[in-house]
Amino acid sequence: MKRHVRASNLMLHSITRVVTFVLLAFSIYLFFAGHNNPGGGFIGGLMTASALLLMYLGFDMKRIKKALPFNFTTMIAVGLLVALFTGVSSMLFGYPFLTQFFDYYDLPVLGTTELSTALPFDLGIYLVVVAIALTIILAIAEDDS
Amino acid sequence: MSVLHLAILLPLLAAPFIPFLFRAVKRIHTGWFVLVVPTLLFVYFFRYIGITSDGGVVTETVRWMPSLGINFTAYVDGLGLLFALLITGIGALVVLYSIYYLNKDKESLGHFYVYLLLFMGAMLGVVLSDNMVVMYMFWELTSISSFLLIGYWYEKERSRYGAQKSMLITVFGGLSMLGGIVLLESMVGSFSIREMVANQAVIVDSPFFIPAMILILLGAFTKSAQFPFHIWLPDAMEAPTPVSAYLHSATMVKAGLYLVARMSPVFQESSLWLWIIVSFGTFTLFWGSFNAVKQTDLKGILAYSTVSQLGLIMSLLGLGAAALHYDGVDDNIFMVATIAAIFHLINHATFKGSLFMMVGIVDHETGTRDIRKLGGLMTVMPITFTIAVIGSLSMAGLPPFNGFLSKEMFLKATTKVFSADFFALDTIGLLIPVVAFIASVFTFVYSLIIFTRTFMGKAQFDKLPKQPHEAPIGMLIPPAILAVLVVVLGFIPNVLSNTLIRPAVESIYPSLVEGGQAVEVDLYFWHGITPELLMTIGIVALGTVLFFTLNKWMGIYNRVPYRLTLNGMYDGSLVWSNKAAYRFKDNYMTGFIRSYLIYIFVFMSGMLLFSMWWYEMFSFSFGEMAEVTPYEYVLGAVVVLSAFAILFMRSRLPAIILLGVVGYGVALFFVFFEAPDLALTQLVIETVSVALFLLVFYHMPEIGKKEARMRFKVGNAIVAVLVGITVMMLSFMTLSNKSISSISEYYKENVYDLAAGKNMVNVVLVDFRGFDTLFEIIVLAVAGLGIYTMIKFRTTAQRTKGEDEHGHEAKK
Repeated sequence: MKRHVRASNLMLHSITRVVTFVLLAFSIYLFFAGHNNPGGGFIGGLMTASALLLMYLGFDMKRIKKALPFNFTTMIAVGLLVALFTGVSSMLFGYPFLTQFFDYYDLPVLGTTELSTALPFDLGIYLVVVAIALTIILAIAEDDS
Repeated sequence: MSVLHLAILLPLLAAPFIPFLFRAVKRIHTGWFVLVVPTLLFVYFFRYIGITSDGGVVTETVRWMPSLGINFTAYVDGLGLLFALLITGIGALVVLYSIYYLNKDKESLGHFYVYLLLFMGAMLGVVLSDNMVVMYMFWELTSISSFLLIGYWYEKERSRYGAQKSMLITVFGGLSMLGGIVLLESMVGSFSIREMVANQAVIVDSPFFIPAMILILLGAFTKSAQFPFHIWLPDAMEAPTPVSAYLHSATMVKAGLYLVARMSPVFQESSLWLWIIVSFGTFTLFWGSFNAVKQTDLKGILAYSTVSQLGLIMSLLGLGAAALHYDGVDDNIFMVATIAAIFHLINHATFKGSLFMMVGIVDHETGTRDIRKLGGLMTVMPITFTIAVIGSLSMAGLPPFNGFLSKEMFLKATTKVFSADFFALDTIGLLIPVVAFIASVFTFVYSLIIFTRTFMGKAQFDKLPKQPHEAPIGMLIPPAILAVLVVVLGFIPNVLSNTLIRPAVESIYPSLVEGGQAVEVDLYFWHGITPELLMTIGIVALGTVLFFTLNKWMGIYNRVPYRLTLNGMYDGSLVWSNKAAYRFKDNYMTGFIRSYLIYIFVFMSGMLLFSMWWYEMFSFSFGEMAEVTPYEYVLGAVVVLSAFAILFMRSRLPAIILLGVVGYGVALFFVFFEAPDLALTQLVIETVSVALFLLVFYHMPEIGKKEARMRFKVGNAIVAVLVGITVMMLSFMTLSNKSISSISEYYKENVYDLAAGKNMVNVVLVDFRGFDTLFEIIVLAVAGLGIYTMIKFRTTAQRTKGEDEHGHEAKK
């Protein structure tokens, strides 16, 4: 809104750099924790969106656009497709739409881990939420009239 | 599909080819091609006389919607055949006449003949259908095609008015009739008229007998222009004259008579049937003849005359019902009423058709139909004059024309009511012959007016738009044929008696025929000095006096102000209903969302409270409630107070912040009630929405920001309190009437085994009920894209125009 004030705001810049990482990490934690603890795709997505938003607030639009070369409207579609694909994939094996599966695997670093198809579905939600939040806010912010 | 079906549908099948013929063959008048259709049909139906005169009937069925009991059953008996011959016979003459009447270069004949053929097919369908739904379908097709024909010269305002009027009135009747048909079907279980006649006893005993009868009669009365529905007929005279001659004298207006005759076997047991039909018919007879005298337009006279004659036939059909109750079996004197009705129906078609065509010739050759401008045409148009005299005198009921015979029979039937000792006919029925006599006097007067004012008197050719001369021969042939018929039927009426009239009358009295009573039709000219002959002499004498003193008593017509006339009331009701509808609409469609919200809220609360009261659900039990902790009290107080405080804020900014307080309070509630996922989401969402509110506030125009606190409105407060109480009651009620245990136990037990998750909320969201979630993210996506497009793709027009101006324009 008042862009000229932000011209040389060293404090804000430095804090933003640090806090953004903390927020992003927390949002990723929330996303992965969803299955067993409070959290999940929705709140994780909102948290990621707020981290990115903080970047937009700390720096100017142009620079962040360069740093994050995403088209958020495309991301909405990608998120929806991911969620839809998880649903459809169970149909390929003869199960009803959106039947979820899980199993335990021994992974190299993580040890015995549970992998479930609920995760990609949650990823779809996550992507949609991030993209929607940023689409709305950026659209309003870029509106000059 | 039998030949009979094809014959009925032939006009409809031929209609689509007419426009192509009209465009392709410019040199020949399209009417010549059309003429083939009714001529062929007339010849075809003529052959049926042999079958029906022996009492035989022809039935052919085509399955149309058998599961609904709707089949196209063609049924030819005496009555149907009589009408079919009228329709095709007069149809052929009218088409021939129209060839000379309508100019092939100036008129859009393609349209005209399509409408006419549609009408012809529809009429044939009406009179030859046994299934009432099929008959109704054809019935409405006659309404539609006659609407199109009346509005044929659509650039004239009067044509459009007349077409609309006839459409409104006849469709009103048609829809009533449909109601009657449905009621009859519910009693009998079949749409077939023959089934209904066979189960007539069931119908008479049914509680729906009277409603069904009145609904059917509404259809018949509107179509046949009975009082007070006759008002459409004079306005339908804006149609081209062949149309008036065909539809409004010979065929369509007789569809109602056909219906009454056809349904007589079903209803005529009831005295109500007799009384309704006789009283409406007799009054229409009087009213039409009375009003015909004051008309100055020749077609206007003929229109009211048609109304009057239709009333005559209608009252005869009603009187005929008395035949069922008459005990003197050997010589059933009331049978004569029905015979007279059928005979007059034929006669009317002949003389009225010829009169209309005569008027068309006069109009065509002089350019006007106004009797005040016409006069002295006798020497210039001798043939037309002859036709007019024959038609008028037949209409007036003078010998030696056929009108005389049917009029005598009518008078005979009316005087017979004295000898009836049932339905109070012998006492109140006294009015019938009196009214009939008066009406006949007026009939005599206007019949004289028609040919004296047009053809006799002083010639005033300088007032006429055209210099008059005799019509071309082709235009004279059809009315001449009809006039010849008038005379021939007058002299040797018995050609009709066994071929057409007796079979028709027999199909009106199936029960009498089965009971062994013979219908004897013996029409002869001279029957000695009878009361009806004396009445005729009286009519002629009184009519002559009235005719010569016309100027002295014409003043009585102007006594009634226009507003109180039937036409005035019709016009007034149209204007009034329009205005009232607008006023009603304007009263509640205020254009303010505020009003609509009040309707919605009041309705919702009203319905909910009413049903709670109706089902006695006000029993609350608070036994299962959990204990309230002090934290919850405090938090509850904070949330309620801040929500309440929003109402009293002077500016919007504190209101937004208080709303945020409510939101965070709710998030805290989620914490207390152990819903961490909800609390997290609520916190973030509340933050985002408060930020968006602030953004909106920032962009508000200055005026909106300054506005002082919300004005108090009692109505709004009442509605708000009402809604609050309703919702509260509803929640208490549902809480204390829980009858089914929750499904959540299943989730609790299986969340880890089936879905390998410990966060039950999330597992429900992505696994057990993932389908909902999928669509919720779609909702989100649509909302996001909506906002994106609203902001990015605004058109320049909207940007330049102020919001207020736009809204104002939209309201207009």
